[in-house]
Order: sequence, then C-alpha cells, then structure tokens
Amino acid sequence: MATVRDIEIHDSAAQAAQAAEELQDAVGEKMVLNMGPSHPATHGVLRIVLELDGEIITKADPDVGYLHRGDEKIAENMTYTQFIPYTDRLDYLAPLANNVAFALAVEKLLGIEKDLPPRCQYIRVMCAELARISAHLLGLGAFAMDLGAVTVFLLTFTEREKIYNLAEAICGARFTTSYTRIGGVMRDIPPTWLDQCRKFCDEFIPALDEVETLLTRNRIWVDRVRGLAVISKEDAIDYGLSGPNLRGSGIEWDLRKNQPYLCYPDLTFDIPIGSVGDCYDRYLVRMEEMRQSVRILEQCIRKIPGGADNKTKEPVNVADGKIVLPPKQNVMTKMEELIHQFILVTQGMNCPPGEIYFGHENPKGELGFYINSKGGGTPYRMKIRAPSFVNLSIIPKIFPGCLISDTVAVLGSLDFVMGECDR
Amino acid sequence: MEFRGEITLIIADAEKIAEVCRYAKNDLDFNYLVDISSLDNYGNDPRWTVVYHLRGLRHGAELRLKTDVSEEKSELPTVTTVWQTANWHEREIYDMMGIRFRGHPDLRRILMWEGYPYFPLRKDFPLAGKPSDLPGVAFTKPAPLEGGPFVTAPGGEDAIHREPRVRNPEQ
Repeated sequence: MATVRDIEIHDSAAQAAQAAEELQDAVGEKMVLNMGPSHPATHGVLRIVLELDGEIITKADPDVGYLHRGDEKIAENMTYTQFIPYTDRLDYLAPLANNVAFALAVEKLLGIEKDLPPRCQYIRVMCAELARISAHLLGLGAFAMDLGAVTVFLLTFTEREKIYNLAEAICGARFTTSYTRIGGVMRDIPPTWLDQCRKFCDEFIPALDEVETLLTRNRIWVDRVRGLAVISKEDAIDYGLSGPNLRGSGIEWDLRKNQPYLCYPDLTFDIPIGSVGDCYDRYLVRMEEMRQSVRILEQCIRKIPGGADNKTKEPVNVADGKIVLPPKQNVMTKMEELIHQFILVTQGMNCPPGEIYFGHENPKGELGFYINSKGGGTPYRMKIRAPSFVNLSIIPKIFPGCLISDTVAVLGSLDFVMGECDR
Repeated sequence: MEFRGEITLIIADAEKIAEVCRYAKNDLDFNYLVDISSLDNYGNDPRWTVVYHLRGLRHGAELRLKTDVSEEKSELPTVTTVWQTANWHEREIYDMMGIRFRGHPDLRRILMWEGYPYFPLRKDFPLAGKPSDLPGVAFTKPAPLEGGPFVTAPGGEDAIHREPRVRNPEQ
C-alpha cells in the first residue's frame, strides 16, 4: 500500500513540474525549421536545419550532398582529357574558368605550364575573366532578387546572355563549354571574336553603373545587408574562405597576384578588399572585381599575340604531339601523327608519377585540383578542392543571431554553387 | 621531397599530426589550411594516406604534409582544434574513405546520407556503385489533402491513374 501511495505522490509532483515546464516552453520555445533542399534562396539543393527562437536563429546546421555525383571517383576511371566535360558541371555558372583550372593543373603535373604559347595564355585569361563576370552577375542578380530587387536580376541576366553568346562563338556551346584541352585550347578564337568582346566590354560598364545606381546607395538595400553576418579576418582564415568572401573580410589574397599563372603578371589590375567583412562588403568586392575583369579583358584584347585574325599564325597549343592531338589532315596522311592520335585517344597522355596541387582563382574562390598520379593517362586519385564547399562551412558560425529573413541575404552574399560543393 | 616546386613532408607518426600542424601554424606561420585529402593505397600497407595542404598567407609559401594510417587502425587525431575549416574536410574523408578522426566534434557523413553502408572512394568500391536503400525521410506521413479531388496520387502506374482530372470520384 505504502508503495502505491508513494508513486501517486511522485506522479502528481512530476505532473506539476511538467505543467510548469510547459508554461515556460510556451514562452521560450525553440522551433526547428527546415530550409531547403528546394528553396529558391538556397540556389540549388542546399538544406539548412535552423533552430529558431522566435525570429532569431540560434543554431544552423547545413546539410550538403544532394547533388553528389562522385566526380572524384569518376576521374579515377578516365583519362585527363575525358574529364574536361565533368569540370563544366562543377561550378556550372563559370564553366570556362573550371576548364582553365583543370587544364592548368594537369599541365603542372606534366611540367609544361611554362611552355604554353602566349596566345593560348591570353585566350585562357579572357575565358577566365568572362566566366568571372558571368558568375558574379548571376550571384549578384540572384542576391538582389532574393531581397526584392527584381530589376537588377533582369539587367544582369541581359548581360550574361551576351557572355553566353561569346562562349558560343568560341566553342559552339553556351553552357557546357569544355573549351580547353590539356596543352592548349579546343580551337583558336574566330576572327570577329575580339570585336564582339570589345563591344561587350563597352556595353557592360554602363549596365554595371546602372546596377550600381539601383543598389549601392539604395537605403533598403544598404539597410538589409550592411553590418549583417560580419566575418572577421581571423575567422575568414580559420574557416579557409577564399575568393571574394575572403577578400570581403579585408585579406589581400588573390591567386592571380600571389601565385601568378598564365599571363597575369603582364596585366595590370587591382584587388579590391573589404574593410568590415559584412554582406555589403562582399557585394562591393564583387562589383569592383567585375570592373577589374573588364580592365583585364580590354588589355588582353589590345595585347593578344597575333591579334584578331591571327595573321602571324601564332600557335594556340603546345608543340608536343604526345600531349595535343595532331591536325586531322596529318592524321590521315602521316604515320607518326596517326600513332599519336591513336595513343592519345585510347590511353591518354603519359603523365609522370608524382603529385601536384594547383589552385586557380575561380569566381567563387580557390578551385584546387590535387592530382596523385602513378604515371599514365589517368589519375590515381584526384581531389577537387571546391571553394563553395569550404565557404559554406562557415554557416554554423555566422548564422546564429541573424533574423530568419536575413538568411537569404547571407546566402546570397556567400555566393555558392551546389554543383561544385557536392561534386 | 620536391616535385614541380612543391615541398612534401612525410610525417612518420600519424598520432603526431595535430602537434605538427599546430607547430606549423604557430611557429612557421602556415595560418591557412587549403585542403585535406586522402589516398587509398589499395593492396599496400599501410592502406591510407592523409594529405594536408598548408599555406601561409603572409609569406605565401605552401607545404604538403602526408601521413600514413593502417587499415586496422583507420584513425588519427583531428586537426579541427588547429583550423576550423578542417571540420568539413575531415567529415568528407570519413564519408568517402571511412577514416575516423579522433576528437572531431561532429563526425557524421556529409555528402552521402546517414546510414549509408559503404565508403565510395575506396578502391574496392566499384564505379557502378552498389545497391543500397534510401532512407524514408521524405513523405513518410500522409499529406493532409491526400486522396482529395485535386491531389495527384503517388505511385500510380501511368499518368491516367495519377492525374486527378481523369480520376473517377467514386474510386
């Protein structure tokens, strides 16, 4: 009997405690909100599990991998040249830059990066800078649209369309370009391309000015992004940020300047850096980077060896038949070229054993390829260091304290691509 | 070891990797961790190699650290205490290769889903993949309007049976 009474007393006490707890919960209850994976502001398939106290985020847990295709595994099973189309699908907003990055990485493994003909280097720089403008335009347009400025999106997409036209003119594809080859490019630029490019540069700056009038001093825009999600210098380095996100925090680090490749040392351009590290700084850095890219493009148009129609017959590929495919007419008539063609297509170029890491300044940040080769035409292991993957890892750090409506602004300012993040 | 101007150091004892990294960061000013990757030396012993890419943003130099881990052990200390960015890199290596990092704050799968039974970047995992079950995380509970007149029914054999406009109200 005594035991039963004891339990009854204990039970009522527990009930009272539970009732008090419930009362408290109603005041300070945390809510878990699932954002994504198909949310318009996550720009792809990012999922973030948010823990909310009212409207304020207390915890954020990003969940990536919805677009995982196993690119690194695929790379181990094919030749280097065959992997080029896969690089289009990493950062699919800047395929030309990915092509350049991958080609440079394999050329570093082969030890031929210094032998690239100057014309090829200039073409690649122009491709990379056009891709940078294109990627920043999309990032900016989506960023502004998420915060309600739809006009910006229309303006930037008009300009992006012209870049797609330029990409189409050099390689036939607008989106999945696969323009570079190991040791060169697919084909020389068409004679009218430099003029088209110049026309684009001339039209682009006024359009960018218009975007800037719409945003930079716009009260609504500034109120929404200034002081939001500040990333300190120490955090930016600690979390391994790269690209505009790193420079937005005030760190002067750009691989084009600090570890120069291609013909970047011959070109003059500035590296914009932010002072505070908030969303507004990251926005300003991207705006200025686009202007600098146009500056680089204009210099390239002026300085490219061979000029528009390449009257002097400047080569665009390295002169090594064991790396670059020979011209088709020679394959059909000459024995040696036929052998080269056969070996290159069936086995790939003969890479030395060894390991290299090459980091390329992509629009989103440092796109790095770590290639471990045991010799032959396929990599033993290829690790892709994706800037979006690393940049997203800072979300649990910067989200707490933001309002739920700020998430779209922070995500827009981080400017990531899930194709590259998930690989 | 040097190849193409890149310097690689091999750390003989994987247990010391965190100490080495802390020394490199604090005393040699390699303040930026670029990347961590892993190798599967299938058929050789020790089976795993973990590769760290370090960079000093102030002096611009780069350094690669490599350390071997045996298959029986498959474990080494985490470097998340040195760089926060190691968190996701180490989760990815755990996810893809199955190497565990001791002391990692949150060692879960990152690209594959929780409960996935394999480690796909291992050399003995086939390129075509292996069949596995997807977890039933989505749509486990019936939707509020399921079965109503304007809701497409899931799992019907063809469009005529799925589309609400052609469905018979009596059925």
